[in-house]
Amino acid sequence: MDKIYYFDNAATTRVSPEVMEEISEYFTENYFNPSSICTPAQKCKEVVEKARGRVAAAFNADPKEIYFTSGGSEADNWAIKGIAEAYSGKGKHIITSAIEHHAVLHTCEYLESKGYEVTYLPVNKEGFVSLEDLKAAIRPDTILITIMFANNEIGTIQPIGEIGKIAKENGIIFHTDAVQAAGHIPIDVKALNIDLMSMSGHKIYAPKGAGALYIRKGIKIKNLIHGGQQERGRRATTENVPGIVGIGKAMEDAVSHMTEEAERQRKIRDKIIDAITSKVDHCWLNGSRENRLPGNINISFEFIEGESILLLLDMNGICGSSGSACTSGSLDPSHVLLAIGLPHEKAHGSLRLTIGRFNTEEEADYVIKKIPPIIERLRQMSPLYAEFIKSENKEK
Amino acid sequence: MMYSEKVMDHFMNPRNVGEIEDASGVGTVGNAKCGDIMRIFLKIEDGIVLDAKFKTFGCGAAVATSSMATELIKGKTIQEALKITNKAVMEALDGLPPIKVHCSCLAEEALHAALWDYAEKNGIVIEGLEKPVNDISEHENLPEEE
Repeated sequence: MDKIYYFDNAATTRVSPEVMEEISEYFTENYFNPSSICTPAQKCKEVVEKARGRVAAAFNADPKEIYFTSGGSEADNWAIKGIAEAYSGKGKHIITSAIEHHAVLHTCEYLESKGYEVTYLPVNKEGFVSLEDLKAAIRPDTILITIMFANNEIGTIQPIGEIGKIAKENGIIFHTDAVQAAGHIPIDVKALNIDLMSMSGHKIYAPKGAGALYIRKGIKIKNLIHGGQQERGRRATTENVPGIVGIGKAMEDAVSHMTEEAERQRKIRDKIIDAITSKVDHCWLNGSRENRLPGNINISFEFIEGESILLLLDMNGICGSSGSACTSGSLDPSHVLLAIGLPHEKAHGSLRLTIGRFNTEEEADYVIKKIPPIIERLRQMSPLYAEFIKSENKEK
Repeated sequence: MMYSEKVMDHFMNPRNVGEIEDASGVGTVGNAKCGDIMRIFLKIEDGIVLDAKFKTFGCGAAVATSSMATELIKGKTIQEALKITNKAVMEALDGLPPIKVHCSCLAEEALHAALWDYAEKNGIVIEGLEKPVNDISEHENLPEEE
């Protein structure tokens, strides 16, 4: 197979060799059900607990505060529905943001259909929620604030510590979807006053189908999945032992190399951003330049459409993603790009490239070389570009 | 790959990209809000479509259907041109994914809009051609000034 230039690490990552080595035996010889009595099953129980400890250590949490799930979406669903139900006696108001992942937004919409009220905080053009807006949205019946740690599309990192402080001062539970942040940037759940936090394994080189929810001690929560005593009676389903071992190992690896790896990715990220925005006219970076995930690039190109960019990149072996309607499966482009104030036609022309552990500087050079002619080629085909050039010539 | 080989061929090597300076008819359909705009230029002489060109803002299917529609209309009489439906464009491309069928409808509408423009410019009535609903005025969708 031809070489693949994989720049879609926010979508998923490959399983690292170190994780693969550690998990493979739990598919084959150590396949036992951790709930069984027999001696070999006890080893499977032990490794699940070891993984719990590793995940907890990554965030300054207690192992008893970590609950394994099938992934980030389940963790988000559980956190929001479980808190909403457990605290419905206190109130039925939830605060979130306009740029959350659909696992949060659609869960909130579901709760609205069940009689809850949800405030969707707007964001500014870099994607930040305003702390003043947050304070103003708090009501006596507010039971939950759920705001993502870092955005999956534009990479903006929210002021989580300040949000946690506001939540604590007002006696409101604070959940954060940290699927894109966990394992990439430092997180201390205690220092940041986080009550619940969702995370996922397959964004950090563990297999798909494994995630976790941190639930601070003392938080009441209703169960989402009933049927067994696993996860201390809070989440039924026979443990996904290889997945759990994988997320534990991956989280530990991610934290132990975090500083150097983030620095390396930032360098590649900035190189691509600087090169593309200087070589190509009428394009700009979406999101914050400073408070940005180390591996996230999101650039809008005027006059062209995102799926076309992706197809031409794909022809060159480059995998990326876009916020265009055609890639979202609806007529509307990304809700995140609309929320930061881009008009529809500009939101259609976005390209997201996300860097991971296995990307190299040489790969970045290849991408930098390939993108400008692809943009030019599509613009030559675009009636919007033709009109723009005509109107520019008129002005001259 | 979600697209047929034919679609990819017409996307990668689009036929008839460009504009016709003194076009007999120009039709523009779609809107930037939805992410698709097609503009088709026709050169018509003695009731025959001698040349067709297009410019398209849109996804892979939008480009490929524009390319195929302009290929199909070249050399046709006006009455034959009217019979080029979105289905014909899709079939010629070996099909489209369901969510992309609207692109082939836009291609049909763009052809009709160009023929309508030709008929209006020449003060003639083309039998069986209705005023295109999706036609957009020349500058309606210009991106705002920065």
